[in-house]
Amino acid sequence: MQRRSFFRVAGATVAASTLVLAGCGTDDPTPTTPAAGANVLTLAAGEVGLLNYAYILEQLEAAFYQKVVDAPPADLRAGEKEALTELRDHEVIHREFLKFALADKAIGTIEFNFSSVTFTTREGVFTAAKKLEDLGVAAYAGVGKLLSGSYLALLAKIASVEARHAAYVRDALQPNSFGTPDAGIIATTGDYAGLNVALTPAQAMAAAAPFLNFTVDVSQLPTT
Amino acid sequence: MNIFRIIEQLSEVDADVLGRFDSRRAVFKTLGTTAKRGALASAPVFLASLFQKAYGQGTKPTVIEVLNYAQTLELLEEDFYKKMVAAGQVPAGAPKGAIDLILKHETAHVKLLDTTIRALGGTPVTGVKFKTSAFPADYTTQLVVAQALEDTGVRAYKGQAGNLMGAMAGTTSLLQVALQIHSVEARHAAHIRTMRMQTPWIPAADSALAAPLGPVYTGAIPESNTTQSNVDITKLGAGYTANDAAASFDEILTMAEVLDASRAGGLVQP
Repeated sequence: MQRRSFFRVAGATVAASTLVLAGCGTDDPTPTTPAAGANVLTLAAGEVGLLNYAYILEQLEAAFYQKVVDAPPADLRAGEKEALTELRDHEVIHREFLKFALADKAIGTIEFNFSSVTFTTREGVFTAAKKLEDLGVAAYAGVGKLLSGSYLALLAKIASVEARHAAYVRDALQPNSFGTPDAGIIATTGDYAGLNVALTPAQAMAAAAPFLNFTVDVSQLPTT
Repeated sequence: MNIFRIIEQLSEVDADVLGRFDSRRAVFKTLGTTAKRGALASAPVFLASLFQKAYGQGTKPTVIEVLNYAQTLELLEEDFYKKMVAAGQVPAGAPKGAIDLILKHETAHVKLLDTTIRALGGTPVTGVKFKTSAFPADYTTQLVVAQALEDTGVRAYKGQAGNLMGAMAGTTSLLQVALQIHSVEARHAAHIRTMRMQTPWIPAADSALAAPLGPVYTGAIPESNTTQSNVDITKLGAGYTANDAAASFDEILTMAEVLDASRAGGLVQP
């Protein structure tokens, strides 16, 4: 019965906790938070690992926009500072919500490496934002099939908001690029025409690697 | 009101309609009793509850039904954008480029769903058209309808995610495909909203807009919702405004809500 308190959020109602109970394996271990100096973060098996995977991405986005808002580039256009502040707020909300949901299963607070980002120009900011948002959208598109019902419903609510963010920052960087096929975001021909790219956790963590000071081991996450 | 005529009409679009009722013989027993009591004045209410029992919660739609529902919306969107292009009022340059790209995506979705439904042995819906009389005469209002359709699409796909869990077409996860389309619809919605000088995300206030937009953002769980899994988002961490809390999470619409005459259902050519 200790599974009932596994995740605070979805366990909040009787109906949801049934799904949680059904969705949790019997041996979901506690996630490993990287110790000081350790260079590998191993995500736990099952939904704890999957939610922590999403939590990494939300921490990354929130930390990025926080840095932008703390010292906005001087060449931002009208309304962009306000929009970037809203983006920061949305990502912090996602981060805090996942942290609350994971409770004592949440990994620790991550220090990111933003040395590749030019924070002093709007082009630098929106270039990085595009990379992070497109990554988030593709990661959520790929993780859905690995989740149980209650978490699928919750993460799908976040997924489309990330897609809205992606469209906004892409348009800011280059007008009308909300859905253009560059970098394979949305194919226009072939079997995957009209579909957003979906990334596996391994692919998404590889794409996030430049921002991380450690490697994320996703080998214990479900793959189907 | 002739319930048997209604069921007959339903059977034209839902071959399993009699099965749905037959498995619930008790419902028919009640119907007889109610009729005998002469309670026909309350027939509409009673009928609503009857159909709720046949189609309501607990009756999970088949994968083909979900895909055909998605196809209905995709065809509606595709035809709308075709009409929009044909009307010729979209300004050249960025606006025309955006509408052309969105139409291209919708056409790709239609094709993919058609192929998938056939591959699964189903019969794809065809011929869904945007209601001619509802097509706006001016570009500004056309964009309003485009926003309504795109934001409805996002909510509709999200609402079916649970029904596609584990559904496969060969080695392809249909849930993943639906989520991949869902993200593209959200990109469209964000861009159309931007073209209308709205925020790309949905603030709480949109649930109070006048039709045709308002109903798109209402429902059992309105877009103004600020509570997720019993957590008041406005009280998370440092505390957030209702607009931020609402905009951070998009909400679902059920099939019945989407197909209601106040939303997409009212935009289909009868």
